[in-house]
Amino acid sequence: MTQLDIYSGGFADPAVAAAHGFRAAMDVMARPGEIRTLTGGEAPEGLGIAAASLLLTLCDPETGIYLATDVDSAGLRGWLTFHTGAPIVPAAEADFAVGGWAALMPIDQYRIGTSEYPDRSATLVVEGGDLAAPNARLTGPGIKDSAQMYLPDVALMQRNSMLYPLGVDFFFTSGSQVAALPRSSQIQSEG
Amino acid sequence: MSDYNFAYLDEQTKRMIRRAILKGLAIPGYQVPFASREMPMPYGWGTGGVQVSAAALTPDDTLKVIDQGADDTTNAVSIRKFFERTAGVATTEETEKASIIQTRHRIPEATLREDQIIVYQVPIPEPLRFLEPRETETRKMHALEEYGLMHVKLYEDISQHGSIATSYAYPVKVEGRYVMDPSPIPKFDNPKMEMAAIQLFGAGREQRIYAVPPYTKVVSLDFEDYPFEATKADHACDLCAAEDSYLDEVIMDDAGGRMFVCSDTDYCRARREAGHVGRLGSDAPLTTGPEAA
Repeated sequence: MTQLDIYSGGFADPAVAAAHGFRAAMDVMARPGEIRTLTGGEAPEGLGIAAASLLLTLCDPETGIYLATDVDSAGLRGWLTFHTGAPIVPAAEADFAVGGWAALMPIDQYRIGTSEYPDRSATLVVEGGDLAAPNARLTGPGIKDSAQMYLPDVALMQRNSMLYPLGVDFFFTSGSQVAALPRSSQIQSEG
Repeated sequence: MSDYNFAYLDEQTKRMIRRAILKGLAIPGYQVPFASREMPMPYGWGTGGVQVSAAALTPDDTLKVIDQGADDTTNAVSIRKFFERTAGVATTEETEKASIIQTRHRIPEATLREDQIIVYQVPIPEPLRFLEPRETETRKMHALEEYGLMHVKLYEDISQHGSIATSYAYPVKVEGRYVMDPSPIPKFDNPKMEMAAIQLFGAGREQRIYAVPPYTKVVSLDFEDYPFEATKADHACDLCAAEDSYLDEVIMDDAGGRMFVCSDTDYCRARREAGHVGRLGSDAPLTTGPEAA
């Protein structure tokens, strides 16, 4: 890992790339179960293109990022610091938490908001997994009848939904693909 | 356009707004606080909507801006020009061709699609504000889902007027949880809020953003014996003869003469181009109806 890796991999055209990145993120958060392509950013190690681009789109010095142990590295820390300026923080203070599902657990270490400010909650960016192999059926806001989606732990997501309007929200990234699960979705296990 | 960052706002501001929009979509109807910026237009002219639009726009978008349904009023024209200059995006007056529609106080008559986004300009985002002026209290009321006061207000309408007299900014309950101000749209538009498009709400002066994802349940508050009614003037449009559109009443002279015209100018224009003629249609101007705001 060289110094050069830290400085490369940012958005070539930050305003336009972030605008497209946000639209992909908004589309999937507004329509749980749908998958979009999210590109433009390339982290030196540990993260796929979609996860790296999502962090470039949403993070800055105002957002604390928690790196789960499986993705935490000097290279990624340097890259995030150079490109976003976001502080690396412990899980309990994180606005965004990034990593593989197992490494991100336990889920109750993240902020779920307060009853008066439910928006003050963490967003988990879950890297890895096969987004195209659904194992859960979703209903709720953003979904016309029902939608299908891959979730790493259906029972745990159901418990998160029961906290509504509190809870954490999820992005799932794999390569250049992104999907999302807001706390508002009703989840049933399938297959 | 090279004199401005894309869509006027700096990137850090846009990120802050974008994070608020995402939390808003995850908690439909909940008002997310955000650090609203000063914009080159006064509060009350859509600064909240403009900031949300700026954060949502991409260079590929086609923007439509309406003010009470009309594309050709001062507010709509200046916001459209603002984004033409600062974002270089294409603009349109046709609802079907728009990918983002910023609106003040109307939802277009044409059914919106999944690939469209509607951004509402909101003056007072808190539906309980006129009943309880203290933010600390209204926040607690939302937290406890304590909305009895709103039903008392609607009940007082009935006891004074014989029916629910609230005709605009009619409160709705979103997905069975948060009571939300739909912005001052006429209650005629309330049933349209269960739509395929993403709905974003921006209140600049009050510093709140909220959102309703597609197909979210949006129920207008009412009583079993006084059910919600989407009302409009009991006339057909005098220019295009539409009987299903929301109408503006326009005073014509000092003798009580009046006409009713579609508030949605694009809808009216398309109908007239398709050959529909209303009561006064023959000597109507070719472009759009008068604005009655």
